[in-house]
Amino acid sequence: MVDIWSGLAQAFWLVITLDAELVEIALRSLQVTLSALVIASLIALPLAALLAVRRFRLRRTVIALLNALMGLPPVVVGLIVYVFLSRSGPFGVLGLLFTPTAMIIAQVIIIVPLIASVAHQSIRDLWQEYHDLLISMNVTQGQKIRTLLWDSRRALLTASLAGFGRAIGEVGAIMIVGGNIDHATRVLTTAIALETGKGNFALALALGFVLIGLAIAVNLAIHALGQTEREGRW
Amino acid sequence: MQLFPVRLTDARATRRGKTLVGPVDLVLGGQGTTVVIGPNGAGKTTFLRMLHGTARLGSGRIDWHCGTEEARHHQCFVFQQPVMLRRTVLQNLVYPLRLRGVARAEAEARARDWAAKVGLSEMLDRQAPVLSGGERQKLALARAMITAPQLLFLDEPCASLDGRAMREIEEHLQEARAAGMRLILSTHDMGQARRLADEVLFLLHGKVHEHAPAEHFFTHPATAQARAFLNGDIVE
Repeated sequence: MVDIWSGLAQAFWLVITLDAELVEIALRSLQVTLSALVIASLIALPLAALLAVRRFRLRRTVIALLNALMGLPPVVVGLIVYVFLSRSGPFGVLGLLFTPTAMIIAQVIIIVPLIASVAHQSIRDLWQEYHDLLISMNVTQGQKIRTLLWDSRRALLTASLAGFGRAIGEVGAIMIVGGNIDHATRVLTTAIALETGKGNFALALALGFVLIGLAIAVNLAIHALGQTEREGRW
Repeated sequence: MQLFPVRLTDARATRRGKTLVGPVDLVLGGQGTTVVIGPNGAGKTTFLRMLHGTARLGSGRIDWHCGTEEARHHQCFVFQQPVMLRRTVLQNLVYPLRLRGVARAEAEARARDWAAKVGLSEMLDRQAPVLSGGERQKLALARAMITAPQLLFLDEPCASLDGRAMREIEEHLQEARAAGMRLILSTHDMGQARRLADEVLFLLHGKVHEHAPAEHFFTHPATAQARAFLNGDIVE
């Protein structure tokens, strides 16, 4: 309990004094996670819309697979990305291992199924509602997808935020592919793991509180920008 | 571009191997208003959808004068339960025009004109799904008519509307007809059928039992079932 209070006080102090190391780690956390979020959303949202409107033979299998991949173990993803990016791997020549880019790649792989799966539920419901209208209007597949994505944008924001929540708290995969290198790939979660390992619980907790605060702040900011929860809007 | 005449030859609408409507052999000309009537389950909605191309044609043919693909671009459908895009009234009206590549400024100007015509000018910024039933139906009608289709399908457009809303909708339909738009609508309301119809299609058990000019149908129905239906009897 003492550690918690001490952690809270330390977190408060680190934030108030704008501790240089904390700022660097927090900004890197945000940079990696937001980059992964943007890339994952660009992949997952059109994929979700396509799965809702397009009928093809293995559609149900793909949806089931996507749902199953929501529980993809991050450590396994980290390992696979590590193998692909390591010097002897197929993409070793790119020299991406132990860089923020490798961490972004791992996070994208982890959160694409989550965002696509949650988004698919919303888009599928909207497609059921719009189906007759859009078919009768003779819209093209591209127009259908654009309409569904636009009109379910607030629900899709929630899907993306779920992805953000998963990515910002991710530690296993990015520890493996990032290496937790000081001033290079250290982020809040890997720093927490490191401080906990050193027995420095108060600082680890402080970083944890900063992480929680950051996650809440980003969520609130995105909600405010997306104007969700406004009366009479979807 | 001339849609009519449209010829249905042994046309059947099917779902999961079951025939819902048909076989239908029919020729529809290009003038006026065709009212499709019949008891519940007669296949009115499916017939309209089959003609429009949104219900699966299991067998037979539907031949539009200008070809099926071209015909689809010149027709619109208003559903019994109007589907509202989760957008404002203005955006709902702009949507079909933008799909056809009309510039945003022009699309908005035309949308405002149509909103004024159907009495929705005060509601342009309101979210369409929260409108009342009558307002939604008027919006659906304006959204369908804004692209000036040659043919408009309406599936029970006034079901569950009160008398005033029904009168307004009917006035818009009469205006559209006078402007040369071809209307094909289904209804349960015999009063409405008498007011709007130039010709009547009487459907029963998925088949066209009678196809006749309205005046003739309402005064001299050819079949016993049609006579019973007009008398308000239960038709089976």
